[in-house]
Amino acid sequence: MFSDSEKELRIIGTQINYYFICKTKLWLFSHHIQMEQESELVSLGKTLHQDSYKRDKRDQTIDNLISFDFIRKGDVLEIHEVKKSKKMSKAHHYQLLYYLYYLKNKKGIENAIGIIDYPKLRRRETLKLDERNQQEIHNITKRIGNMLKEEMPAPSRRPACRRCAYYEFCFV
Amino acid sequence: MLKKNYYLMSDGILKRKENTLYFHNKDGKKPIPISKMYSIYSYGSLSFSSQAVHLLAKEGVPIHFFNYYGFYDGSFYPRETLLSGDLLIKQAENYLDHEKRIIIAGKFVEGAAHNMQKVLSYYKIENGIGEILNDLDSCREITEFMNVEGRIRAHYYEKMDLILPDGYKMEGRSRRPPENMINALMSFGNSLIYSTVLTEIYNTQLNPTISYLHEPSERRYSLALDLSEIFKPILVDRLIFYLINKKMLQEKDFERDLNYCLLNDQGRKKFIKEYDERLKKTIKHRKLNRKVSYRRLIRLEAYKLIKHLIGSEEYKPFVMWW
Repeated sequence: MFSDSEKELRIIGTQINYYFICKTKLWLFSHHIQMEQESELVSLGKTLHQDSYKRDKRDQTIDNLISFDFIRKGDVLEIHEVKKSKKMSKAHHYQLLYYLYYLKNKKGIENAIGIIDYPKLRRRETLKLDERNQQEIHNITKRIGNMLKEEMPAPSRRPACRRCAYYEFCFV
Repeated sequence: MLKKNYYLMSDGILKRKENTLYFHNKDGKKPIPISKMYSIYSYGSLSFSSQAVHLLAKEGVPIHFFNYYGFYDGSFYPRETLLSGDLLIKQAENYLDHEKRIIIAGKFVEGAAHNMQKVLSYYKIENGIGEILNDLDSCREITEFMNVEGRIRAHYYEKMDLILPDGYKMEGRSRRPPENMINALMSFGNSLIYSTVLTEIYNTQLNPTISYLHEPSERRYSLALDLSEIFKPILVDRLIFYLINKKMLQEKDFERDLNYCLLNDQGRKKFIKEYDERLKKTIKHRKLNRKVSYRRLIRLEAYKLIKHLIGSEEYKPFVMWW
């Protein structure tokens, strides 16, 4: 699945996530122009992350690239991602699908599922990698790679911008 | 949560106990909650433990040191955590490419001049800054920009004397040592703003040593000098007029000698108190349509510069619109 040129492309989960949220944010974040350190929402998320599922083995990173909130091993490997709300659920889904995609194509681990935990909502969602979303993920990684070679995409104002850590940067 | 600047005016020791910093001085010890700290300005003689430094570094809090006379000495600039190799390359490229550099250098001169005009027009004083500014168009070398900037300043200082009461005239700029009260205030204020701007730069991915109007070799953090130009009239000069015209600062707040004049402890305290008030004061930002503090305006200026450097939007210097 990975051709030679794609081996160079090291994408992290956050980038897949941002791809669905905002292309400008994705571009800036990928060029290490990061703003999240001052965002209250981000620190809320961090606190949630730190306070949830303390009994599990957490923050596993592989290849210095893919970092899971926690994993559980049983008949299948469960990859967990903890999120605060379902507002950006599409972005959450693809972030997790990307992890499964990475495990399958880079590590040869096929027997894995992804679970998104919403501890505040007391909900969880289970995801599996199939032919269709595997292809989708593949295309997304390619598109991200191309996008990052281009100039920064101009920001466009949407309701979500109001709460974004990049708001002042984008619109000043 | 709004983070605060801490101004340590007395001699003392900075110690860490668990994850809190304490400032010990002759009056006892005072906790400084680290998560609420933005930067520290130290005017007395300060001792600190390496444990305290570890904590400051971890939380990214710089300390700015000022000497006995209130002049800037240097900073504890914690290890950079916000690094962008791509931006650094762009910053250097915009310096090395002469055409690109003079565009940015000119913007700093222009922004500073417009803000000086705003200060004077608030006091309804006619001035010729606009005419001198026209010469900017023909500038090709950095020295020429500096020359225009110098002429604007000289003219501005002349006009400033019209705002100030008798006994408090500036009569030209004198530095190191400042010869009279207004010069003393200006030197003191400028070193404050330099530190404030440096703290803002620290909190962005900009490298503080690559600058455009000032030569990068001039001082360690010359980008702070560049950006300070824009904010000096707004934050320092207006404050000086305010303090003098309201008689909040008087002769007794200064220490005089034959050839110099400096603020004394009490004067410094008054100045810093009002300065900090101004940094915290908010205005409704036209473009962002939300309230921002004056301190935040400096950060926004850094953001605008980043946008210019990465080619997303041409930099326009901040000019007061009120």
